[in-house]
Amino acid sequence: MSDKLSEDKVKYIARLARIKISDEEATVFKNQMSSILDFVSSLNSIDTSNIETLSRTTELVNVFREDEIKPSLTKEEALLNAPNRYQNYFKTKPVLGEK
Amino acid sequence: MDIIEPMAMTIKEAANGLKNKLFSCEELVRASLGQINKFDKQINAFVAVCEKEAIREAKEIDIKISKREILGPLAGIPFSAKDVFCTKGIRTTACSNILNNFIPPYDATAIKRLKDAGAILIGKTNHDAFGFGSSTENSDFQVTKNPWNQNKVAGGSSGGSAAAVSAGMGLFSIAEDTGGSIRQPACFCGVSGIKVTYGRVSRYGVIAYGSSLDTIGVIAKTIDDTAAVLNIIAGKDPYDATTLNEAPADYLEHIDNGIADLVIGIPEEYFISGMDKEMETAIKEAIKEFERLGAKIKPISLPYTKYAIPAYYLSGISEVSANLARYDGIRFGFSDSEAKTIEEVYQLSRAKGFGPEVKRRIILGTYALSAGYYDAYYKKAQQIRKLIKNDFEKAFSEVNIIAAPVSPFPAFNIGEKTDDPLKMWLADIFTVTANPAGIPALAIPCGFSEDDLPLGMQLIGPLLSEQLLFRAGYSYQMATNWNKNKPKL
Repeated sequence: MSDKLSEDKVKYIARLARIKISDEEATVFKNQMSSILDFVSSLNSIDTSNIETLSRTTELVNVFREDEIKPSLTKEEALLNAPNRYQNYFKTKPVLGEK
Repeated sequence: MDIIEPMAMTIKEAANGLKNKLFSCEELVRASLGQINKFDKQINAFVAVCEKEAIREAKEIDIKISKREILGPLAGIPFSAKDVFCTKGIRTTACSNILNNFIPPYDATAIKRLKDAGAILIGKTNHDAFGFGSSTENSDFQVTKNPWNQNKVAGGSSGGSAAAVSAGMGLFSIAEDTGGSIRQPACFCGVSGIKVTYGRVSRYGVIAYGSSLDTIGVIAKTIDDTAAVLNIIAGKDPYDATTLNEAPADYLEHIDNGIADLVIGIPEEYFISGMDKEMETAIKEAIKEFERLGAKIKPISLPYTKYAIPAYYLSGISEVSANLARYDGIRFGFSDSEAKTIEEVYQLSRAKGFGPEVKRRIILGTYALSAGYYDAYYKKAQQIRKLIKNDFEKAFSEVNIIAAPVSPFPAFNIGEKTDDPLKMWLADIFTVTANPAGIPALAIPCGFSEDDLPLGMQLIGPLLSEQLLFRAGYSYQMATNWNKNKPKL
């Protein structure tokens, strides 16, 4: 966990998360994130080599139900909040052929 | 109308008043709306008020009452909901600009159950955007002020809900707790709040923060009111596959049975140096009160407590980076019209729609999950999570419940912690332990500081022990009556 964050690294991760950030934001975030990562590195002091992980607290697995048709949103309702639509579709910029 | 005192009135009293025709449902709803009209310009608890709909629904309840229809315990009771609950036809924003224009086409299950029970939604309350914060200062819209002292924060993230209940704007509020977002504002505003067992209440239609930690709960003036609302919203929901199969208990049953049979654990790790002295004294007084009520007190240790904040936040932000990927400017929410390519639609919509704390958490979470760091951050946090759960399991083999402070200090000044995100995170030190373990916790008022700020304690119990927590909390409430103190607006 000792890797130092740089502005470029912060920008790179922001790009992975599809958030455009300015140079100023990159500097502020670098400093804030570095102190947060320093803080969480306290976890390194605990030996967890024989500890299992816990990512959920219920025992539920594979919750099944009958595949029955039930009332659901109409097309109009589902498209109500679409920023751009074409007929009964969400409309986006081209996905293929983009530079 | 004098008979309705919105700041003092409980759900139980309101339901009796309606039943005995001391006032109409319309008068009751107008009294709550009146509090909003009079005081919310200062308090900023609400981001939306549904006056017309609420009055129309109240009139419908009045017709039912006049026809002598049998109504449930929440029929005609005005309430508010944190703005993370989808409400059909009513703008729902998560207090973020990225959902500024979002109008849900359906109701969250908790909202639907309350409406079916006849409860009346009067508005949506302010909170830190997506629940990311401990003071409501991360809301993209406004800062909620504490009704007890308007220079102080109301707590967070559900600060609007707690302030609304405290100020008599609705008789209860439903909210969401991922690391303390119900308990800490309830404590800061002098009201009660339950964080339930994970999976006890459906999360369907609630805007997600960290899906393995998020729980839906209640803020109300009294323990019995809190229990009465949970009775309506708890239970399995086919729309949320993580809801538990076990049928919920009746949370009002046995509530007045006392606590002579209980052993209450006091964890040494929750009394840290640097903690507010008045808060510490109030908790110690509360422990003495429990002894007077017949409970046995036992010191216990939860040694991994100090690692809960880093483990909680690493889990939380990792889930955030995945959960908030859906805000892409394509299907709903803000979409930047200046974008020329699909990549720009994502990048610019998210750049302009998200505030700084949201961006910070998404970027940190993306980092924690990225190749080469996953084991050191996310996996490590999940292992610590297991150790925290083990701590509690061991404790609950010796005691029935645990009593601890909600927060190391009462409400802090507006602006006091906004410069340093880490300082804000540390405010959650006593509340973040319950969520990774999935266990319930109940916040209860337990006194006041010298300058009249509410102090609060939490009772933490094993999985599905809500009924027990309500019983212990009610016993304490009836002996102390802290809940009867009201802020001066």
